[in-house]
Amino acid sequence: MEILLQQIINGLTTGSVYAVVALGYTMVYGVIQLINFAHGEVVMIGAMVAFSIITALAGSSMPPLIIVLAGVMAAIPACMLMGYLLERVAYRPLRHAPRLAPLITAIGMSIILQHLALMVWGRSPLAFPQIIDNRVFGVGGAAISSVQIAIILLSLTMMAGLSWFVYRTRFGIAIRATAENVHVAGLMGVNADRVIAATFVIGAGLGAVAGVMYGTYYGIAHYTMGFSLGLKAFSAAVLGGIGNIAGAMLGGLLLGLVEALGTGYVGELTDLCTWPMAQGWLAEQCADGGHFVVFGSNYQEVFAFLMLILVLVFRPSGLLGERVSERA
Amino acid sequence: MLAVMELQVHYGGIAAVKGISFAVEENEIVCLIGANGAGKTSTLKALARMIPSHGEIHYGDQRIETLPSHELIAMGLALVPEGRGVFARLTVAENLMMGAYHRNDAKGIGADLERIHALLPRLMERRNQVAGTLSGGEQQMLAIGRALMGRPRLLLLDEPSMGLAPLMVQKVFEVVRKVAAEGVTVLLVEQNARLALEVCSRGYVMESGSITIADTSAALLADARVRTAYLGE
Repeated sequence: MEILLQQIINGLTTGSVYAVVALGYTMVYGVIQLINFAHGEVVMIGAMVAFSIITALAGSSMPPLIIVLAGVMAAIPACMLMGYLLERVAYRPLRHAPRLAPLITAIGMSIILQHLALMVWGRSPLAFPQIIDNRVFGVGGAAISSVQIAIILLSLTMMAGLSWFVYRTRFGIAIRATAENVHVAGLMGVNADRVIAATFVIGAGLGAVAGVMYGTYYGIAHYTMGFSLGLKAFSAAVLGGIGNIAGAMLGGLLLGLVEALGTGYVGELTDLCTWPMAQGWLAEQCADGGHFVVFGSNYQEVFAFLMLILVLVFRPSGLLGERVSERA
Repeated sequence: MLAVMELQVHYGGIAAVKGISFAVEENEIVCLIGANGAGKTSTLKALARMIPSHGEIHYGDQRIETLPSHELIAMGLALVPEGRGVFARLTVAENLMMGAYHRNDAKGIGADLERIHALLPRLMERRNQVAGTLSGGEQQMLAIGRALMGRPRLLLLDEPSMGLAPLMVQKVFEVVRKVAAEGVTVLLVEQNARLALEVCSRGYVMESGSITIADTSAALLADARVRTAYLGE
């Protein structure tokens, strides 16, 4: 029971980060049907920028919270600018090209950004300086740290803020209208270039915060961290129904939970010593309460992609990706 | 108000509109009739700058052929596209709000909402419904109402009767008449020539990319060529 609760807490923490990153994929896809594979790298650069600032300020007498905030505040505009430039330089010239061209470009931009980060920050990971007092609270036998609480609350706030923006403001409605029909939105006076640039910039801004949260949670930031984080967040977006904002949030949280629970239980479930039929020929290994674990918790990375495959096979449109009929 | 000179539209190597010239005066209802594939929709799309074209398009005292599509509504030029083009996943109210996207006068927008409420009462009963769940006729009404929210001076209507039941077609044309009576100039593209000529004062007949006949509606309704080709007599 404690393991279950603990893994739910851990899953909600990583899941809310996946959800925030997934929003960046899904918003861009919703408007221009492009999978911006460089988004994970934007998130990574957010973490790297913030960590550099935080490390530089760590020795000063400033309060730790202010230092972390300074890091985040530097990462957000840096990533927003990067998101804007990505769209302007790499994708806009290919807007009317065959769809494969921007996709390949996205992969290319991902590689370029990764190596740019390698040149700037080097090969070794940046460690999060020990400046915050990460207190741990007990809940029903499980533990939740103040960093986890902060990550979950901040993510939920950002998701609520984005939902309000997209569903309640005039520009948000214009984004959804453009996602549905860019030509008709143009007839209403919506400048499609501006809407498309905005989705990149907003997604990158959210991604910057997500990158800092992810890095803070694991204590390190590295130039390759954007790859697996990005791929998982992309899986989360597909799981929820790519292009669907609520779907990205749901998909992210769900993916985090499945990953945490899978990692938490896979060892126990695949311990052949608990399987009656295997006990005969594993008698030696299982003697005296021994274990013979087939898949250990190092299989963590598998769950996200297993889930992606299952969704693509059984519900390709994603959990919330239902299409409303265009014609009555 | 609108003067088009030598308008040409090409798709790849194929000419859809082959250098047509026509004009619409202030407060007129003018229609462009013709068979499927005659180039009517291409003409409207070119006027709304949704597709590239050659030739001059004078609107008021401005040349608009070099402007991007999204700048036209602020100048008072609105297009209700073929197939209605409502935002199916947005609510009726959000669709109408999009129609007024370029405006900043909250008071005027509120007043126009009231006006459309009076013009299309059925629509306003469904304001919180997602537009994709409306019937075809209701979607057409919404598309027209949405265009009116932009306070157009010239309204381009592309096949408003398409796919609608006869009773609904009557209602849509009634709305078009009312809109025109309020002082909006209308350029109407229709395959349903009889209906179109009944609301329009003048008409142009388009055949494979060219305008072949231009006359008053009364004369067109009496014209032997129009009667056999488009009125089924």
